[in-house]
Order: sequence, then structure tokens, then C-alpha cells
Amino acid sequence: MFKFFGKQKNFSSSQFKQKEVPDKLYNKCESCSEMVYYQDLEQNKHVCPKCGHHFPLKAYARIELTVDFGTFREFNKLMKTKNVLEFPGYVDKLEKAAKQSGIKEAVITGYGDIHGKRCVVCAMDSSFMMGSMGSIVGEKITRAVEKSMKHRLPLVIYCASGGARMQEGIVSLMQMAKVSAALKKHSEMGLLYVCVLTHPTTGGVTASFAMLGDIILAEPGALIGFAGPRVIKQTIRQELPEGFQSAEFLQDHGFVDKVVSRNDMRKTLHRILKIHGGE
Amino acid sequence: MDKNKILLDEELQKVKHDPWENVNIARSNERPTSKDYIDTIFDHFIEFHGDRAYGDDASTIGGIAMLNDIPVTVIGQQKGRDLDENLKRNFAMPYPEGYRKALRLMKQAEKFNRPVICFVDTPGAYCGLGAEERGQGHAIANNLFEISELKVPVISVVIGEGGSGGALALSVGDQIWMMEYAIYSILSPEGFASILWKDSTKAKEAAELMKLTSFDLFNLNIADKIVPEPSGGVTMKGPYLECMQYLKDLLVGEVRSLKAMPVKNLLKKRYQKYRNIGI
Repeated sequence: MFKFFGKQKNFSSSQFKQKEVPDKLYNKCESCSEMVYYQDLEQNKHVCPKCGHHFPLKAYARIELTVDFGTFREFNKLMKTKNVLEFPGYVDKLEKAAKQSGIKEAVITGYGDIHGKRCVVCAMDSSFMMGSMGSIVGEKITRAVEKSMKHRLPLVIYCASGGARMQEGIVSLMQMAKVSAALKKHSEMGLLYVCVLTHPTTGGVTASFAMLGDIILAEPGALIGFAGPRVIKQTIRQELPEGFQSAEFLQDHGFVDKVVSRNDMRKTLHRILKIHGGE
Repeated sequence: MDKNKILLDEELQKVKHDPWENVNIARSNERPTSKDYIDTIFDHFIEFHGDRAYGDDASTIGGIAMLNDIPVTVIGQQKGRDLDENLKRNFAMPYPEGYRKALRLMKQAEKFNRPVICFVDTPGAYCGLGAEERGQGHAIANNLFEISELKVPVISVVIGEGGSGGALALSVGDQIWMMEYAIYSILSPEGFASILWKDSTKAKEAAELMKLTSFDLFNLNIADKIVPEPSGGVTMKGPYLECMQYLKDLLVGEVRSLKAMPVKNLLKKRYQKYRNIGI
């Protein structure tokens, strides 16, 4: 048994208190414009039943869909961001983001089982300040990597991020180096790292841990890139080709191992974990 | 605190740089480029080309040289002096090939046990179709990943603009130094203003908040040293030799002391440097 089992507060996984409350009964699908009944959407893992469009998922919902019921134990749940650069208005912005999203930072980390295979799971949440990476996101992920090294566990990271967090300036940028260095150590130990790129994965996250998985999976249609489409359009002053920077585009260009639908994700992760052995 | 013990006299530290003025000085085309530093500080430089995968990116130059009696690998981001040269150099905004060339040369340095010295001077990694298609994010991420465990000393000197992930990919070594009037930031002030306030003309205001001068970076414990420049900034039209000789002496001293360190300690120290940022 792992030592840290006892230390964590044993909360029931049924399931996270901050279950999404629908603002409205129907949601309009961004892709096919169909009005989808919220309950149907939820039952269908937030994938449009009509066209298969993948709606964004909150971090806890992501974890719930990934790990076995009741097995998730969260790390550093209370860790909160400090205003390192004393950036005006940042504290208010953080509070607002916390209130709106129901979480304290843009990533949730912890361990859980996938069909009985224990692993460390991180899930980013784009509803918290666009999933941007500041010092706490960097720190929580680094600690998760370190935990998975300590206990020799595979690591799964769901990426969803607009990039580095502007309000933390250079300190944010350095998180890219910090997480990448930790992942290098993880890799040298022969441990498995699978990353799952979800909509959107851009900027500093793409230019660090999102591209460093031993295996890189992506959800269909997810926007994945270094520079965002708006910035590129401004630079080259022409329209971007259709499907540019989609998960499928990345797979065609050799940067994603496999595009996997949300429905098949847990199964695929389990198969990968199984082939890589471990208890 | 271990504050720039070798060089900075108290007076210099007290000098207040106006951030926006500083940004303009850092971008001035009269400032020495990487090539100017290489030609002045090193002997017998031979430039090598290509990433062995796609092409040669002229925005990044690199090769081998002698630093006094020490063989080293030198890599730099190269700005042009005039428009023609800037077009050739892509304004020192590297494509993925530039980062892959840099990494190839670093791996070569590791094989032959040569310390690596990088000169950082870029507005940022290039944003465009080709850069995305060939994996800009992956190229930067891979540099962060691999350099963190490169078994030779790596010293990076930010000589002008240190823009975003494009600069980070060449500055994750054992030491980050900044020329006094260099800047290093998460994004250009224009990009920063455009993201936060949707108005790129507010760059001046952004610069004031971003904490991007060498003194800011030094106070944040990210820059390890500030290399003094003549008041108003070093230019190729002014007395630059003294400033570069000073940098050379510092480099020789640092390379010798890092080379004397057992590799295990070197890597441990390097990891800790980034591990401790933002906690």
C-alpha cells in the first residue's frame, strides 16, 4: 500500500462536490448549432449526440470520466496562487475565477485507478482563467510528476490551456522549464507519461509538457498549437487553411500519436497502461 | 542573498531604468548582435548549419570556437542590422529548425565535453503556418526537456530581447545572465497589451507592469548576473570592447568553475534553479 493513502482526507468520490450545475436546460452545439438537452449532453460525456463535437469539460468531470469510482485522491487541493509580481487587479481576477469555476487553480492533480491500474492524473480546466499556467499550475504539476516518480507510477495529464499566465510574467514562463525538467527526470526513470491534448492546448503548455508525452493522444477537433490562430493571422495576413491546428492536423503532421474520442479515452488509456505493465 | 557578488557595485544596482526606454534600447539595431559578441569574445569560430531534419534556420547561428584556451560550443539568435539582413534572419524569430539546430549542436557539445554558451536575442519564436506545421511547440518543449539534463555546463546571456518561449528554449542552463539593458519577458509588451487589454498600442503601460528589465529579473532570482553596460546601452558605434572584455572575463571564470564541478552536482544545481522558481 502507498504511504500517502492514510494522509489524504478520505472523501467520497461520489463525486466531487462541485458538480456542474447547468445554467440552462439546453446547450447550443458550437459545431452543428443543434440545441442539445443538457441531460443528454451529460450522459453522453459532453459530446454532442448529433455531430460528435466535444464540449469543454471541467477538471473534476474529466477525472470522474477517467478514474475508477471512488479511487481519486487529490494532491495540494488548497494551494492558492500568490500575486508574485504584484500585478494590479490580479487578486480580484483570481477570486472571480475561483468563484466562477468552483476550483482554486487551473489544474487538479491526484492519483486514481484506471480499471485498477494506479496512476497519477492531472486535469487542466479551461474555465479557470483559460487554463493558463501560472506558478501554482506549474508547481502542482511538478509535484504530481515528483509524486509519480516517488511511487513509480505512470502519469496522465489532460492539457487544456491558453498558455502562460500573463499576470505572473516571467515567473509563468519559467514554469515551462520547471515542469519539463521534472518530466525529463521522470522519463530517465523509465516511467510512462501519457498526455491527452484537449481543446484548447496552446502557447506555453504546448511548448512544454503537452509535447513531451511518451504517448500523445488528442480529443477530436481540439485546437492545438504554439501560437493561437488570431496571432498567426495577424502575422501572415491571410486566411488559415481549414482544419489548421486541429487534433487531426497535428496527427497528420506527426505530432500526435492518436486522436481518440472521449468515449474511447478511458479504454485507450487502460490499454496503454496495461501494455506498459506495472501492478 | 547571493547577490551578483562578482561585479555589481552598489551604485549600478541603484540605477533606475525606465522600462519602456529600456525596451527600446534592447531593440536598437546599433546594439551588438550575437555575431558581434562571438567575433569579439571567441577565437576560431566555425559556423555549422542545419538541423539534420528539415533545413537551416538563419535566425539562429551556432558552431564551435575557443574561449581563451577552452573549446566551447556557441549558439546565438541573430538579428540583422538592416532590412535585407533582417529578412534573411527572419528578425531573429526562429523556426522549429532553429531550435532543433541549437539542440543538435548542444548534443554534439555534450559528446565532446564542451561547455555551451548561448546568446539570446529574439522577439519570440516565429508564429506562422510553416512553424506550426513543423512543430514549433514541440521544438521548444524538446529543448527545455533535453537541456535540463545536458551533461556539460550551459551559460545563457540575454544580450537584447529575450522574448517568450522563443528565448526560454536557449536559456535553461546553469546560469542566466543579462546585459544591463537587455530585457526578458513572457511576451513582447505589444503582445502582452494585446492579450490583456486587446490594445497593442498600450505597450508602454505594459512594459511598466511586466518587470522585464535586467534588474527586475535579478531581483526575482531568475537572472544570476547583470553585465554592466555604458550608460544608455552598449552600441557598436561606441566603446563596446571594454564591455565585451568584461563579459569575456566573467565567462572564462564561470566556465572554469562549472567545468570543475562533478556532472551530478551540476545537474542537481541546474534542476534546483528552475525547481525553486515560483513557490
